[in-house]
Amino acid sequence: MGKIEWAMWANEQALASGLILLTGGIVGVAGQFRGWQFAAYAVAAGVFVCLLEYPRSKRAKGTSVERTGQYCFTVCVKAFGPLTRNYYVRAFLHAAICVPGGFMLATVLGCVCLGIASLIYLAAAIRGEHWEPILPRKETRKPVAQSIKNPPQNPPPRPPPEMRRKQAGDLEKSAYDNPMSVTDDE
Amino acid sequence: MANCIVNYGFSAFILFFYTRHLLGSALPWARAPAAVLNFNCMLILLPVCRNLLSLLRGSFVRCSRTMRKQLDKNLTFHKLVAYMIALMTAVHTIAHLFNLERYNNSRQGLDDELSTALSDLADTENTTYLNPVRITNLDPQQIPTYFAFTTIAGLTGVVITLALILIITSSMEVIRRSYFEVFWYTHHLFIIFFAGLVFHGAGRIVRSQQRTNPPHNTTFCKDHPDDWGQIPECPIPQFAGGFPQTWMYVIGPMVIYLCERLVRFIRYMQRVQYKKIVMRPSKVLELQLIKNGFKMEVGQYVFVNCPAISQLEWHPFTMTSAPEEDFFSVHIRSAGDWTDKLIEIMKKVPEGAEGPKLGVDGPFGTASEDVFDYEVSMLIGAGIGVTPFASILKSIWYKFKDSDPKLRTRKIYFYWLCRETHAFEWFADLLQVLEKEMEERGMGDFLTYKLYLTGWDQSHATHVMVHFDKDTDVVTGLKQKTHYGRPIWDKEFEQVRKENPTSIVGTFLCGPEALGKVLEKKCAKYSDVDPRKTRFYFNKENF
Repeated sequence: MGKIEWAMWANEQALASGLILLTGGIVGVAGQFRGWQFAAYAVAAGVFVCLLEYPRSKRAKGTSVERTGQYCFTVCVKAFGPLTRNYYVRAFLHAAICVPGGFMLATVLGCVCLGIASLIYLAAAIRGEHWEPILPRKETRKPVAQSIKNPPQNPPPRPPPEMRRKQAGDLEKSAYDNPMSVTDDE
Repeated sequence: MANCIVNYGFSAFILFFYTRHLLGSALPWARAPAAVLNFNCMLILLPVCRNLLSLLRGSFVRCSRTMRKQLDKNLTFHKLVAYMIALMTAVHTIAHLFNLERYNNSRQGLDDELSTALSDLADTENTTYLNPVRITNLDPQQIPTYFAFTTIAGLTGVVITLALILIITSSMEVIRRSYFEVFWYTHHLFIIFFAGLVFHGAGRIVRSQQRTNPPHNTTFCKDHPDDWGQIPECPIPQFAGGFPQTWMYVIGPMVIYLCERLVRFIRYMQRVQYKKIVMRPSKVLELQLIKNGFKMEVGQYVFVNCPAISQLEWHPFTMTSAPEEDFFSVHIRSAGDWTDKLIEIMKKVPEGAEGPKLGVDGPFGTASEDVFDYEVSMLIGAGIGVTPFASILKSIWYKFKDSDPKLRTRKIYFYWLCRETHAFEWFADLLQVLEKEMEERGMGDFLTYKLYLTGWDQSHATHVMVHFDKDTDVVTGLKQKTHYGRPIWDKEFEQVRKENPTSIVGTFLCGPEALGKVLEKKCAKYSDVDPRKTRFYFNKENF
C-alpha cells in the first residue's frame, strides 16, 4: 500500500474504454447503422488503444504484476520511446482519439470512457509519473568475494567434546527425525 | 369463461405485435437482460450487509455447518453478481442500440408502409404514440444520440452505465490491493447507479397496445394502415407505457443497506474508551479499548475509524483479545498511510492519557467462531494471518482455566508460518505464557504448536548451530524448537490422522490463497469416506 499511482487506474480505465469502443464499433458496422464509417473508425481506434494500454507499467514503488503475455506488447510500446513514456502525450492522444466516437450513439460510451481515462492520465502526468517497461530481470553473477581466496587456518569454534559426543544413554536426545522417509517400502 | 380466455389470450397476443413489427427481435433482447438486471441489482447489495450476515450466521447455529460456510463466501458472491450485471448491461445496451436505430429508420419513413403509419401516430387527444422517437428535423445520424441524452431512460442509462464502468475499473484486483481508497470512494458511485436505475423506466417508453372499444383487429388492420379510424374493425390503436417495476426489486435491499450504514453511524457515535496503548516492537501498535455493550466471539473483526486521520475511512482489524476479557484489543501493523499516521499519533499520546477519538463498527463474524465445535482443530496462521488465532488461543486458556463444559475441543495443533518473527514478538510472548500455564496444569499435550521460519539465512543457521542443545529455542524463547523452511503438509496430516483416528478435524487457515489450495487438497486427500475414521474439514478466513 502506498501513495496512489493514478496511472494504474488510468491504464485499467483506458483498456476498458478500448474494449467498449471496439464493441460499439463492431455493433455499428455489423448492424449497418447510419454513420457506420464512424463505427469502422471506432473499431480501429479501439484496437489501437487496447494494444497501447495492454502492457502495464512498472510501478515506482512496490511489486508490479504483469498481464498475461504482455512481454511482446511491452517491447513494441517501448520502441516508441518518449512518445509512450510520457503520460501527457497519452492524455492528449486519448482525448484526440475519443472525439470522433461522439458522432454516433453506438460509440458515444467508448468516447466518454476514453475521455475519462485521458483525464486520469493527465492527473498522473501532472504528478510526474511515467511509463516504465516491465522487463525480465537479468541474473548478475555475484563477484567472487575476497575471502574465498584465503581459506581459514583454524577449525570453527565448537562446544567441548563432552557435549558434542552423542549421549548414548539418552535415546531421545540422540535420535533424530528424518523429514522425508528413508525406507524403501513406501 | 371461454370468452374471458379468448379475450385474455387475444390481448396477450396483440400487446407487442406492432412494437415487434417495428423492432424485430431486438426488443426482447433488451427486455430479457433487463429482467435479469432487476434480479441481480436486488442481490448485489445483500452480501455486503455485514450485520445482516452476522445475524443470519448466529441464527444458523442450529443448522448445519454447510449453511454457515456459504455466508463466509459473501464477497465471492458479490463479485459474481457484479460480473453478471456487467454482462447483462452490455447485452441490454447493444440491443437498445439496435432498437433506437430501427425506431429512427421507421420514423424517417425508410421502412414499410405499416411502420411509417405506426411511427406517425402522435400524442394528441385521440391518438397515442408508439414510436418514442418523435423528432425528425435533426440530422438523422444524430437523432439516436439526441434521443439518448434527452429522454429519462436514455440519460439515466448512459449515466448509470458510466458509473458501472468506473466502479468496475477501480475494483480490479491491482487497484483494490494497492490503492484501497480509490476503490472504496469510487465504489460509492453505486448510489448514483441505484438512483438512476430506479428512474430508468419512469419515461415509460416501452409501449404496449391497449384495449380499445371496439377492439382493434391487428390481423386484419395491419394490411390497411390507411383506413385506421375510418372503418369499424380498425379504430386507431392506442398505446401506453408499462408501469416501472425496477424499484419493486431494489427497494428492499436498498433499505436494508441504508440500515447497515445507519448502524455504522450509530456505532461511530458511541464512546470508545482507551484501556491501554502499547507500542510493540517492529511498528506494531496494540490498542486495548472498552465500549459499552460490546460483545465479541473468537476470531471476529471490527472496522476502526479515526476522524483525526480521515473522516470517511473505516479499516478492518481482527481482534486479538478473548471474549472472556473485559476489554477488546487490536494489533495494528504499519502497512500504509492510515496505519502509519495512527501509529504516529498514538506514539505522541502521553502515558495514561486518552488517545484520539475512535469509531468502532462491529464485531463481524468469520469462520474462526467454529473452532470450538470440532473435537480436534488444526490452526494454520501465515504471517499477519496469525492474528485471529491470538484471540482463539487466549480464549482456550480462559475456558480451560474455568473448565468450561461447552468446550468440545480436546486437542489443538497450531502451525505458525512466517518469514521472520520481527513483527510478531507479541505473539511469541503470548505463546510463552500459554506454554507455562499448560505445563503448570499438566496439560502439556492439549496444544501442540509448530513454528516455521520460512525466511532463514546463513546467519540464522549459524546461530542455531552454536546453541543447538539449549532447552529453549534461541529465536522465540519457547520450549518448542523453531523449524526452518515450509512445513511438509503430508507429514503433518499423517501425524494428526495417526493421533486422532476417529475424530472430525477442523482445519482453519488464515493466510495466502496458494496455501489455501494446498491445504484444501490435503484435507480431501487425508479424509476418510468412512464416518468412523478421521475426516478433515477445511475453513478459510478472508479479509
